[in-house]
Amino acid sequence: MQNYNVYVPRLVTKKDTFVSGHRACIGCGEALAVRLACKALGQNVVIANATGCMEIVSSPLPTTSWKVPWIHTLFENSAAVASGIESGLKMLMKKGRIAQQEIKVVAMAGDGGTSDIGLQALSGALERGHNFLYICFDNEAYMNTGIQRSSATPFGAATTTSPVGKKSIGQVSWKKNMPAIAAAHNIPYVATACPSYPFDLIEKVEKGASTPGPAYVHILSVCPTGWRCPTDLTVRIGRLAVETGIFPLYEVENGKYKLNFDFPELRPVVDYLKLQGRFRHLSEDLIAKIQQRVTADYAALKEKASDDEK
Amino acid sequence: MVKKVGMEVSVAIGEAVKLANADVIAAYPITPQTHIVEHLAELVADGELDAAYIPVESEHSAMSACLGSAAVGARTFTATAGQGLELMHEVLYVASAMRLPVVMAVANRALSSPLSVWGDHSDVMAVRDTGWIQLFTENGQEVVDNVFCAFRIAEDRRVLLPVMVHLDGFHLSHVIEPIVFPEQSVVDKFLPPNKYPLPLHPDKPVTMGDFAPPITYPEAKWAQEVNLRASKEIILQTWQEFGKAFGRHYSPVESYKTEDAKVLLLTMGSFSETAMTVIDKLRGEGRKVGLVRFRLWRPFPFEEFRQAVKDAETLIVVDRALSFGGPGGPVCSEVRSALYGEAKKPKVVSFVAGLGGRDITQAGFETIINKGIEISQKGSQNEFEIFGVRD
Ligand SMILES: Cc1ncc(C[n+]2csc(CCOP(=O)(O)OP(=O)(O)O)c2C)c(N)n1
Ligand code: SF4
Ligand SMILES: [Mg+2]
Repeated sequence: MQNYNVYVPRLVTKKDTFVSGHRACIGCGEALAVRLACKALGQNVVIANATGCMEIVSSPLPTTSWKVPWIHTLFENSAAVASGIESGLKMLMKKGRIAQQEIKVVAMAGDGGTSDIGLQALSGALERGHNFLYICFDNEAYMNTGIQRSSATPFGAATTTSPVGKKSIGQVSWKKNMPAIAAAHNIPYVATACPSYPFDLIEKVEKGASTPGPAYVHILSVCPTGWRCPTDLTVRIGRLAVETGIFPLYEVENGKYKLNFDFPELRPVVDYLKLQGRFRHLSEDLIAKIQQRVTADYAALKEKASDDEK
Repeated sequence: MVKKVGMEVSVAIGEAVKLANADVIAAYPITPQTHIVEHLAELVADGELDAAYIPVESEHSAMSACLGSAAVGARTFTATAGQGLELMHEVLYVASAMRLPVVMAVANRALSSPLSVWGDHSDVMAVRDTGWIQLFTENGQEVVDNVFCAFRIAEDRRVLLPVMVHLDGFHLSHVIEPIVFPEQSVVDKFLPPNKYPLPLHPDKPVTMGDFAPPITYPEAKWAQEVNLRASKEIILQTWQEFGKAFGRHYSPVESYKTEDAKVLLLTMGSFSETAMTVIDKLRGEGRKVGLVRFRLWRPFPFEEFRQAVKDAETLIVVDRALSFGGPGGPVCSEVRSALYGEAKKPKVVSFVAGLGGRDITQAGFETIINKGIEISQKGSQNEFEIFGVRD
């Protein structure tokens, strides 16, 4: 661990473009993820951000946390706005009205802005083949509006609109598989990441941004406020999501799956669930059900990855 | 050399956008706008227009892509109608508030339900307060001319606001008319390249579209209102410059045979041409009638309008949209409130007609005028009269 002080500064730039002063909650995994992603993106980028926690905490008029060109317009349209930015820059360069240079175009949104209300705009932009990177910061609910469920909220999680009650176990549907939906558009690059694995995250964002054509990176972002977990466990819980197989880290490059971190043995899901208030109510049966599903999904993913390796 | 050609008005809009050298077009098809965007797609496909054509998956995304494109400083165009304009609704507010000079042609169409692809002004009236500059046109030449003017107004550093150019669906969009096209060099001179002052670019990072707490929101909105009102001056200047360069003149309120007129008819859009024929006929019979039309709908041309109607005794407003459960036609409501405080003003009578593409014939306008005069003398129980509708 101590060695980090020695080699981290050499591997990761100290320069931030998403800078302090923003109003994210203590221990916010999403803010951490944005900061790391921005380190990877560097200076030559234009960002289109959807409405959500990261937009709200970073841009109260007249202040800003962004040191790169950044635009927020609405909740469900960041992919469409990015389409316009990409096409506009391309034409202006073609016509010689701005200098020819590589400017990365990036759309950012939460899980709600991606897998629910913004899915159509995202699908359109991926299908049209714009040269851009879309990053989904997935904290598994609509956090900005007060922890309401989204289609990315996991089975059994309590949110304010999937509350636990006498007749409810919380969220009754399984998490929508957004990376698979993105990959189904046959785009050149799809990846999952988590700020608990910072080098992996940075590498994937860099790769996504430099891939010609559309790329999609889905980042699991621990939200202590919404997940009802201690604020100092953000990084640990992110690691547990990966180590239990609940959120595997993988890439889909030109249709080929590659598992980036494999474990000879997955940790039991309960190690992850028990640290979070949103799962506090789960019975052993329900935990077993989740375990079964995670084990099966992980095995299927692993098989896909090993098939593709051949 | 100036050329005059017979052309479908929708196609002519495409040609105007080409002459205007648009950089990005993002559009989604909807009747009766389709011929505009089809022609633009064709021009791009043939290499005649050097632009990016983004075939988006919805109008919401069409306008959203326009935001992105305008924000990097590209000259940006789209077109829509009816349901498409409604689907764009929330995005329209953003375009004006963020001062993005998008130009949009709207082939005015009725709103569902029941579904109707035909023309009226229900779609326009629903976007009245979105903060866009809005111009009405009556024939193909006016649309073409005002596409050039729209880009110049929108991109003027003192304005930086999006502009809608309205044309009636089918009644105007689908007719073939003789249209004069200027030389490219003349257009280029009138419409220099877009120089957006603070584009999104890494050389000079800007943050656009913040969230505003109560301590800053009202100032942001007031600034927008002041800016839209002030744009009228530049709109007038632009039309003047256009007149000098192209020989055709436009003004915010167009008057036709209004000198000494006791009775004025007020219309918007392509029906005005039918109305003019009726005015000619009645004038021939020695009746003192005239016609006024709004060319500029937003910002509302208060002074010019009051000036145009002040000497009349009766003003008959024909709306092509309903304000359900409200005071009658939306245009008439605005007219009434614009005149309310005036010492000298005509009696205002409200008619709603021509919904969902139903024609108003010459005989129809004549009836409206006669009935309007009768109501202004005897009064009526109704807030407004519906015309040409079976019970
Ligand atoms: C059209 C529209 N509907 C609803 C909202 C309200 N709203 C703003 S942010 C948000 C949730 C954002 O959730 P997510 O995308 O997951 O981002 P997070 O805040 O969790 O980072 C909602 C529902 C809105 N701004 N616009
Ligand atoms: S609610 Fe969650 S995601 Fe939003 S700022 Fe707080 S910790 Fe971060
Ligand atoms: Mg979320």
